[in-house]
Amino acid sequence: MQSNETILAVNHLKINFNTYAGKVKAIRDVSFDLKKGETLAIVGESGSGKTVTTRSIMGMLANNAVVDGGNIQFHDKDVLKMSERELENLRGAQIAQIFQDPMTSLDPTMRIGRQIAEPLMIHKGVKKEKAMAQALEMMKLVGITDAENRINDYPHQFSGGMRQRIVIAIALINYPEILIADEPTTALDVTIQAQILNLMRELQDKISTSIIFITHDLGVVAGMADRVAVMYAGKIVEYGTVDEIFYNPKHPYTWGLLSSMPTLDTNSAELASIPGTPPDLLDPPKGDAFAPRNPYALKIDTEQEPPFFKVSDTHYAATWLLHPDAPKVTPPDQIIKRQEKFAEMQKAALAKAQHHQIEEEEEQQ
Amino acid sequence: MELDNAKKVLEVKHLKQYFNVGKRDEVKAVDDISFDIYEGETFGLVGESGSGKTTTGRAIIHLYTPTSGSIKFNNQEIIGLKDHQKMQQFRRDMQMIFQDPYASLNPRMKVKDIVAEGIDINHLAKDDADRSKQVADLLATVGLNRDHASRYPHEFSGGQRQRIGIARALAVQPKFIIADEPISALDVSIQAQVVNLLKQLQRERKLTFLFIAHDLSMVKYISDRIGVLHYGRMLEVGTSDEVYNHPLHDYTRSLLSAVPVPDPEYERTRTQIKYDPKYEDGSKKRELVEIVPHHFVQCSQDEIPMYQERAKEMGLSVK
Repeated sequence: MQSNETILAVNHLKINFNTYAGKVKAIRDVSFDLKKGETLAIVGESGSGKTVTTRSIMGMLANNAVVDGGNIQFHDKDVLKMSERELENLRGAQIAQIFQDPMTSLDPTMRIGRQIAEPLMIHKGVKKEKAMAQALEMMKLVGITDAENRINDYPHQFSGGMRQRIVIAIALINYPEILIADEPTTALDVTIQAQILNLMRELQDKISTSIIFITHDLGVVAGMADRVAVMYAGKIVEYGTVDEIFYNPKHPYTWGLLSSMPTLDTNSAELASIPGTPPDLLDPPKGDAFAPRNPYALKIDTEQEPPFFKVSDTHYAATWLLHPDAPKVTPPDQIIKRQEKFAEMQKAALAKAQHHQIEEEEEQQ
Repeated sequence: MELDNAKKVLEVKHLKQYFNVGKRDEVKAVDDISFDIYEGETFGLVGESGSGKTTTGRAIIHLYTPTSGSIKFNNQEIIGLKDHQKMQQFRRDMQMIFQDPYASLNPRMKVKDIVAEGIDINHLAKDDADRSKQVADLLATVGLNRDHASRYPHEFSGGQRQRIGIARALAVQPKFIIADEPISALDVSIQAQVVNLLKQLQRERKLTFLFIAHDLSMVKYISDRIGVLHYGRMLEVGTSDEVYNHPLHDYTRSLLSAVPVPDPEYERTRTQIKYDPKYEDGSKKRELVEIVPHHFVQCSQDEIPMYQERAKEMGLSVK
C-alpha cells in the first residue's frame, strides 16, 4: 500500500556530539524521505549513525547533541524547531518507536493493559475504561493469546517474543503515521523473529503506517523493506529499492556487507570480510570515509568526498567508481552472481510488460 | 572429512544437567544428550535461547558439575575426576571463548596480564622475557600488535576485544576450544574477520571446535557437523550439509525455514514451516537413531520407518 505522498523528509542533517575528547561528527549530511505506507530500512554497523538519525526524528537527542545544520520536515513542520510541548504531542501519537530490547522498554511495575492504554489516555484523552477496552482489542490484534486474562499481568510474566508484541501494541495503539523500529528483533530467536516480522507486515497493511526499520541484519531487510539506505560513518552511501540494493549494488561498502554474510549455501574456504574498523568520527578522514577499508579505492577517494551518482531514478550511490572517467572494476564473485540475477529479473519484467502490451493490443482489436 | 576412521576427541553420553534438583522449580536444562566430536572438526550446536546450548558447553568444560552422564575427553572420563594433575591438564587442553567481549575481560587488568594468566597458572614461561615474548606472539597470531599488550580492555573495539579473548584461550596451547556465541556481539563486517581468524587458527594448530551459536547461516558456514538442540534434547545430528539440505526432524525444518536470507526474491516466496512442540511431550522414549549414515534423528522405535521414508523421498540412502 505505497503511495507517492512524502510524509517525512530529512534534508542535509548534521549532528555533532560534544564530548570531553572533542566534537564527534555522528551524522554528516544525511538526506532521505519516507513515503506513505512504505518500509524504509536503514542498514549499517554500530556507530554509523542509524540510531542517532531516528532519535533526531523523535526529538530525543541527548543533551550533548548539537544540530549543526539541516531540517526534518514532517507535515510542513520542522521537527528540529519544535517546542518540547509540540514534541510530546508528536511522540507516541504521530510517530512511535519500538526499541531493540523488549526486556527494558516496558515498565516492570505497571500492568501491561495499563501500559498499552496509556498513550490513548494521554494523547487522545480517552477515558480509562474505553482505553482499556481498546487496549484489549490491540492485544488481540498483535496476537497475545488469552488476552482477557492476561491484561492485568506484569511484563515479567511474558516471554521475550510476547513482550515485543506488547511493545508493538503500545506503539500502534494511536495508529501513528510513522513507526520507527530500531532493531526490533535482534534480541529474539529466529522463529520468534519470523513471527514478529510477519506481524509487523500484517499490521502495516491494516493501518498503513510507514515504517523506518533499523537493522544490521540484511536477511531481515530483504524480507521487510521496500527501499533501503546503507549508512557508513554518519553518511548514507547508497540508497535504492530493495531489489536494486540486493541485486545491483554499486557501492563497495554494500558489496562488502553483502559478501561478508554467509548464506545457507556459502561454501567458500574464506569468508569475504571488510578489513579494518570503521573510522573515528572525532576526526573523520578526508575524502571518502570508507577509502582506508576499500580494496577498490581510487586516488581521488583520499582527497575528495564522492557525490551521489545516479544509477536509476530510485537508486543513487556515493562512490567515485560510478564517475564516467573511473576505471572499470570487477566486483566480488557473489555480487556478480547477484547482478546476473538482476539482469534476468529485468528481462523477465520486460518480457512480462511486452506480453501485457500485446494482450492489450489484441483486446483492442 | 572421513567420519568412519576419524578419532573421537570428545564423547558425551547421556549428559544431564539439572538445576534446583528436587525443588519445585527444577529445570532440566540439558536432558540426556549424547554426541561425539572428532579430532580437527568443528561441531556446531544450534538452538533457540533456553535450548541448553550454553549449558552443554559449560558442563563439558566443567564450569558446572553435571547431574549425571559421562564426558570422555581423549578417553579420559572427566566427570568425577579426582586426579589433580589430570584435571589441570584437561583445563589446559580445553579452553573457552565467551560471547560478550565486554564482560569477559577484567577491566582492571592489562591485556598482557589477561593473555598471560593461563601461562602464569600453568608455569609455561621460563622468565619474564619469555612471558612477554609469548604474549607478543599470541597477539600477533590474532592480528593485534605488541604495543597493545600494555593497554586496558576499554581501549579496544568489540572485534579487537574478541581477539584478546581468543589470544587468552590460545595461551595454554589447547587442543579443544569451546566458542560460545563468539561473534554474536560483533558487527557484520567484523564477524567475518573473527570467523576467518578462527578457521585459520584451526588449520594452523589442528584445533577442534565446539561452536555454539544461534545464527544458523554462520554455524552452517563454520561447522563440519551440526547438532540441533531443543528443550535440552538433541533432536538431530549430522554433517552440516546433510542437516541443512536434508533436514529430517520437523523442528529442524521449522527452524531452517525461519532463517532470514539476504535475497528479496527468496523472502517474497518464503513459506514458514510451523512446528508443534507437543510432539516432544515425553510420552514416548526417544533416542538418537542413525537414519542415514552419520545422520541421526531423535525418535522412538515406531517412528523409525517414518523417518526412513522421509530420507528416501529426499533421495538419501537409508542405513
